Amino acid sequence: MADLSVNICGIDFKNPIIPASGVFGYGHEYEEFYSLSKLGGIATKGTTGKKRTGNIAPRIAETPAGMLNSVGLQNPGIDAFIEKELPYLLTKDTVILANIAGSTPEECAEVAAKLENTDVHMIELNISCPNVKQGGAAFGTSCVMAEQVTTAVRKATTKPLVVKLSPNVTSITDIAKAVEAAGADAVSLINTLLGMRIDIRTRRPVLHNNVGGLSGPAILPVAVRMIWQVANAVNIPVIGMGGVSTGEDAIELMMAGACAVQVGMACFTDPYAPVKIIDGMERFLDENNIAAARDIIGTVKPW
Amino acid sequence: MKYMQGSYPIVEKQAIAADTFSFTVRCPEVAALAKPGQFVHILPKGYGLRRPISIAGIDRATGTLRIVFAIRGKGTEALAQMNPGDDMDMIAPLGHGFTLLPEAQHVALVGGGIGVPPMLPLAKYYGERATAISGFRSFKQIILQEDFDALGAQAICCTEDGSAGAVKGFVTAPLEQLISEGLDAVYACGPMPMLRAVAEVCLRTGTWCEVSLEERMACGVGACLGCACRTKDANGEEQFLHVCKNGPVFKAEEVQW
Ligand SMILES: Cc1cc2nc3c(=O)[nH]c(=O)nc-3n(C[C@H](O)[C@H](O)[C@H](O)COP(=O)(O)OP(=O)(O)OC[C@H]3O[C@@H](n4cnc5c(N)ncnc54)[C@H](O)[C@@H]3O)c2cc1C
Ligand SMILES: Cc1cc2nc3c(=O)[nH]c(=O)nc-3n(C[C@H](O)[C@H](O)[C@H](O)COP(=O)(O)O)c2cc1C
Ligand code: FES
Repeated sequence: MADLSVNICGIDFKNPIIPASGVFGYGHEYEEFYSLSKLGGIATKGTTGKKRTGNIAPRIAETPAGMLNSVGLQNPGIDAFIEKELPYLLTKDTVILANIAGSTPEECAEVAAKLENTDVHMIELNISCPNVKQGGAAFGTSCVMAEQVTTAVRKATTKPLVVKLSPNVTSITDIAKAVEAAGADAVSLINTLLGMRIDIRTRRPVLHNNVGGLSGPAILPVAVRMIWQVANAVNIPVIGMGGVSTGEDAIELMMAGACAVQVGMACFTDPYAPVKIIDGMERFLDENNIAAARDIIGTVKPW
Repeated sequence: MKYMQGSYPIVEKQAIAADTFSFTVRCPEVAALAKPGQFVHILPKGYGLRRPISIAGIDRATGTLRIVFAIRGKGTEALAQMNPGDDMDMIAPLGHGFTLLPEAQHVALVGGGIGVPPMLPLAKYYGERATAISGFRSFKQIILQEDFDALGAQAICCTEDGSAGAVKGFVTAPLEQLISEGLDAVYACGPMPMLRAVAEVCLRTGTWCEVSLEERMACGVGACLGCACRTKDANGEEQFLHVCKNGPVFKAEEVQW
């Protein structure tokens, strides 16, 4: 039996599979299906300084081999997260990545500072949100803004800081290098790709927000490409995600350079997806006589 | 809340109207837990998102559930291709169902179009204490009227174009009539304009009313926050609840119409 464990920024994961932020809530709903301790980790729903109500529905649209969402960071706010959700999650014998976001660098820093005195294992900073101080462009779309928000959060926390990159950029490697220089301990990618669908009968966008984030199998090749490019551009660990629904997909992201793999939309198709992906990875490694999952990280042999 | 995911064999399939099908699925564990107003989340083969469909019948003795759905797009079309013997992949039973009122003497079950099926388990519970008011566009869409008869409920069928049924027009006219005669509760499921009209009548007359809402879903279990519904809390403050977990059934006064 292959060794599936990985270590990222000094944190031990029993396996590399982590349900992605926003698809798994705070875990409660999936405990009906299996024990959360089977998972390598859990990335919690993006949490902001204050409670947010999110966007008006419809928030979900189906797309070929994928979906769009415009949930809009609905969350109870960091205080409620720390008080009501985190203590419970920390009893689950799995690594907890607190995904955080905000409208200003100060808000992101404040949220990170509040987590400093908790036992949360890692902070995952989502920089795909609009920066209200800079006309609403996402932090993650410019090196300057990405660096500013990372610097602010870095000062506020001693926890391992994972910066989650947006794929809606011209050069993701430039952004990755900027956040590395600003003190990120790791990067995770990819967040959703901006998309849109129109109901041609009503001529209305399916999403009330008009546009939303694309995820699911459709984005897998984009994720593989970006992970490969970023892993070659930075010296910090890369956590990969985007369209993973099988053990083979997860292996592919790891060969591209990911040290761990998050699973998003696949949880909707099959709530057991994370567990089946872990089993599928193990089977692949055993069948190919590979002793440990960590041995395949970044082992793609480019032409 | 307890629910599970599994592949369950279809034991019966019936075309009950144009593009409308009734399926019976053997799933004893689910049938043992299911309550009126809950739904199942079905994965059509080859699709990434599941389709929510209301539970239209619960038979604990045979360990089966019944669902009735209309073809509305590619996913329901794929589901309609399935046959007895095939397995249906579903997560069930989901959601918060209707509140059952053991003391109620007379209740109205108001269904519009493909919103009629979830009224059947209520008709089974209330029997002759229930009047089912079903609204359809025309005679071609009429479904399940004999089922209400068989369960002992009185069935009032309305068609918008008057092509069949006792009433020409909307469900609200017979509903107002029943309310004036004295009704303990109204349950409703159907298109938004109908629900809005039913809720308006009930709120105006102070009649107890629960409605079953629809929204596009991803997880179906309350984790992704995809199926938001605008509601008011006890202090009248706006909050987004989730159709899959807090609903699909809501009190009429909770919803921001
Ligand atoms: C709680 C609940 C109970 C329902 N019960 C029934 C029922 O008993 N019988 C029945 O015929 N229909 C029911 N519906 C509606 C049914 O879910 C949709 O008709 C179906 O999802 C359409 O799928 P499609 O692939 O055919 O359409 P497409 O348009 O191809 O679907 C694209 C996406 O949009 C979603 N979608 C489209 N229309 C709706 C809708 N009205 N509600 C929710 N999601 C939608 C689909 O699920 C899918 O994710 C119910 C919906 C909800 C929320
Ligand atoms: C419904 C939904 C909600 C999401 N919410 C968040 C979020 O709050 N924060 C975040 O960083 N990413 C969020 N994401 C993005 C996912 O974490 C992930 O990056 C993306 O979906 C790609 O992975 P996938 O193709 O496996 O779904 C969300 C995705 C979905 C589908
Ligand atoms: S569909 Fe995910 S919360 Fe309702």
